[in-house]
Parts: sequence; structure tokens; C-alpha cells
Amino acid sequence: MSGADLAAPALLLSVGLFTVGAVGVFLRRNVITVFMCVELMLNAVNLAFVAFSRARGTIDGQVLVFFVLTVAAAEAAVGLAIIIAAQRNKDTLDLDAFNLMKW
Amino acid sequence: MDLVLFYFFAAVTLGSALVVVGQRHPTYSAFALIVTLCSLSAVFGLLGSPFIAVLQVVVYAGAIMVLFLFVLMLLNVKREEPGRVGGGVLKLVGGGLGAVLAAQMGAVLAAGSAAPPPAGFDGSTGHVARMLFSPAYLYVFEATSILILTALVGAVALAKGDR
Repeated sequence: MSGADLAAPALLLSVGLFTVGAVGVFLRRNVITVFMCVELMLNAVNLAFVAFSRARGTIDGQVLVFFVLTVAAAEAAVGLAIIIAAQRNKDTLDLDAFNLMKW
Repeated sequence: MDLVLFYFFAAVTLGSALVVVGQRHPTYSAFALIVTLCSLSAVFGLLGSPFIAVLQVVVYAGAIMVLFLFVLMLLNVKREEPGRVGGGVLKLVGGGLGAVLAAQMGAVLAAGSAAPPPAGFDGSTGHVARMLFSPAYLYVFEATSILILTALVGAVALAKGDR
């Protein structure tokens, strides 16, 4: 019975974490920091999945968290490879320098 | 007791998340993110999902963050310099938009939580594994293995460069 009454405050924590991550994506200019803020938002969604799984008494939320984790690992590997390639081309990690497709 | 522990780890999670965003040096951000992920794992454990809690530490704090720190060291990342034109205004706008986002999500979540939690919740690893390999999720599980293989090849091809 321990975790059941924690579901509602966990959802609030998830909202706070997601907002912090979203604001970080807007405010930070280093590519890697922005990437870490995206990971923060993914974790907030994971927390919401686990909280809803607990509140509804079904296990499906945890299975979905498993898939989110897998996709996050793949995304981190490819994303960091792209960052390395971008650094090689531009010699900087500042987001303002990546404006090739900017109108 | 659980409630006290939950609020403690929730405070650590939110506080270190704020450090991740507020810090100018990416390496310090990465270390703060490790603290966030570990305390979030404790929150998962308190919510009755030990499997996800362990996975969080092993995959996120263990594998993904090591990858992040490895790239940070490899690229020798410097401190982010301040001073973009109108940076203060943009910060204010960003903070305001964040507040709006938080208010909206909070309102949605507050509106739809009335049902009493059912008893007899089994979040053990065995239960999760039986669900994962049941016909409902089996094909998705096999598809993720192809995804990981693709990501592996893609990461090598991207980071190698043309030679």
C-alpha cells in the first residue's frame, strides 16, 4: 500500500521536471547541455508513466518505461555521434553557429 | 516514512535538475544530471517499481551518462560564454513560457485524479518480464533490438567521418 498515495505528488514532480527540462532547452546554448535537458524531459515522462501505472494498478506503464529507456539509449548514441560530427565541421558547440538551414 | 523519503528525493531531483539548467559548464551539468537520475531512481523504487529503479541506475546513470561524459572529455568543452543580444529578455520570455507550461500541465493533472488506487499491485521484475514477453509487447520488444542495431551502426558511421 506504500506507494499508492504517492502517485499524485509524483505526477506533480514529473510536471516540474518536464518544465525545467523544457526551459533548459530554450535557455542553454551548448548543444550537449540542450541534449541533457532533453534527457531530463524523457525522465519526467518516465516518472509520469510509473506514477500512472501505480495509480491504475496495471503494469503496462512500466513496460512502456522500458521501451522509452531503450529508445533513449539509442537516441543518446546517435545524438552524441552527430554532435561529434558537428564539432568536426564547425569547430564549435554553440547552437547559434548551426544556422545552415535557417531561413 | 515513505512520504518523508519521497519528498526528500523529490527535492533532490528538482534541485539538481535546476543545477543542470542553471550551470554554464556542461561538465558540471552532467554531474548534476547524474544526481538527478539516481534520486529519480529512488522515487521509482518508492512508487513500487524496483525493476525500473535498477534499470534507471544501470542504463541511464551507468551507460548513457558515461557516454555523455566521454564526449565532453573528448571534445574538451568550454564554459558557455554569456552575452547574446537581448539575452535577458529571452531568459524572461523562456521563464514565462515555462511557467505557463507548468500551470497547464498541473491543471490537466489536477483535473483527472479521483479514482482510488486498486489493491494488490505487483510491480516485481518477474511480473514485468512476463508482461514484456506476452504477445502484447513481444513484437515491439523484438523491434527495439533492430532499433539498437541500427543506432549502433549509425553512431559508428556518423562519428567515423569520411576518410
